[in-house]
Amino acid sequence: MKFGVVVFPGTWSDRDCGWVIDQVLGQELAYLWHKDSDLKGCDCIILPGGFAYGDYLRTGAIARFAPVMEQVGEFADRGGLVWGICNGFQVLCEAGLLPGALIRNASLEFRCEWTNLVVERTDLVFTSQCAEREVLKVPIAHGEGSYFADPATLSRLEQRGQVVFRYSDGKGRVVPNANPNGSLHNIAGIVNARGNVLGMMPHPERCSEAELGGTDGLKLFRSVAESAMKVLVS
Amino acid sequence: MIARVIVTPKPVVNDPQGLTVKQGLASLGFREVSDVRIGKYIEVNLDSSSEHEARERVEAMCRQLLANHVIEDFRFDIEPERKRR
Repeated sequence: MKFGVVVFPGTWSDRDCGWVIDQVLGQELAYLWHKDSDLKGCDCIILPGGFAYGDYLRTGAIARFAPVMEQVGEFADRGGLVWGICNGFQVLCEAGLLPGALIRNASLEFRCEWTNLVVERTDLVFTSQCAEREVLKVPIAHGEGSYFADPATLSRLEQRGQVVFRYSDGKGRVVPNANPNGSLHNIAGIVNARGNVLGMMPHPERCSEAELGGTDGLKLFRSVAESAMKVLVS
Repeated sequence: MIARVIVTPKPVVNDPQGLTVKQGLASLGFREVSDVRIGKYIEVNLDSSSEHEARERVEAMCRQLLANHVIEDFRFDIEPERKRR
C-alpha cells in the first residue's frame, strides 16, 4: 500500500500524516508537491490539514488549481482512494469532488479540542476496522469547519448514507451540545456516492499513538492499509 | 475597465460574523439594525473591448472562482477605467 501525501504551500499536517503512515503503520509513503503532475503510483492520496495557499479568497479555493489536483481528480474518477482531512476536506468541496462547503464556525472561534465521532458507515475502505456505530475520539483544529449544503443536497446525502462521521456525545448520541462548529446534522465527515473520496474535519493523524492521548485515528489509517491488502490477496 | 464585484453569503447560510456585528451595533445603541450580512468586495481591472464582453467575462470569473455558488451570491458593476492624469 503506497500512500501519497499532498503538500501545498501552507499545508501543515503533511508530516503528521507521513509519520503515521511510515513510522507507525510501516506503509510506503511519498510526498506529492502541489506542482507535481503525477501521483507516483500511490494507491491512496491524502490531502492533509493546513492553510493551502493561505486559504486566500476562501478555504481551499486556490488549492484546487494546483497541477497535482488535476491528477487527483482523474484518480478519483477512476475509483482511486482520496482522503481529505480538515483543509483537505475544504479543498475537495471547492474542487467539486464532494458536495457542500465548509463555512466559518458558528461560534466564530478557532476550535482546537477533542471531539467524539459516531461512525455511521463501516462498509467503506476508510472505516472497515471500525465497529458498527463505534464512537471515535478524534481532535479538531479549525476555524471554518461548519458543514453546509442546500436542503436538496443534504437530503440526498442522508438518503444515500454518505454521512460517515457525526459529532456525538461519548455514547454516540448525536446531540446539539456535541456539535463544535454548527455543522448541519452534526456532520463531521462525508463520502462521495461511490465511496472512494472521503472528507472529514477531525484529525485522525493526531490521535494515532498513545503518547498523543489516543489511538482511534489509527483505525482509519489501518482500515485503508488493510482493505488494500485484501484487494491484493483476493 | 473596472469590475466591482460584491460577494455575499446566501440568505439561507448562517453568517455568525454578521450576527456578531449586529450585536455590537446594538450595544452601541443602534437598535434599529435588524440584520447584518458580511461579504466581500473585489475589484477586478480588465482589458475588454466592450462593456458587454467585460460583463460576460466577469460573470464567468464569479461563477468559476470569485464566488462559491453553494454558499454565496454575487453581483457586480462595470465602470470604464478612469483616465490617468
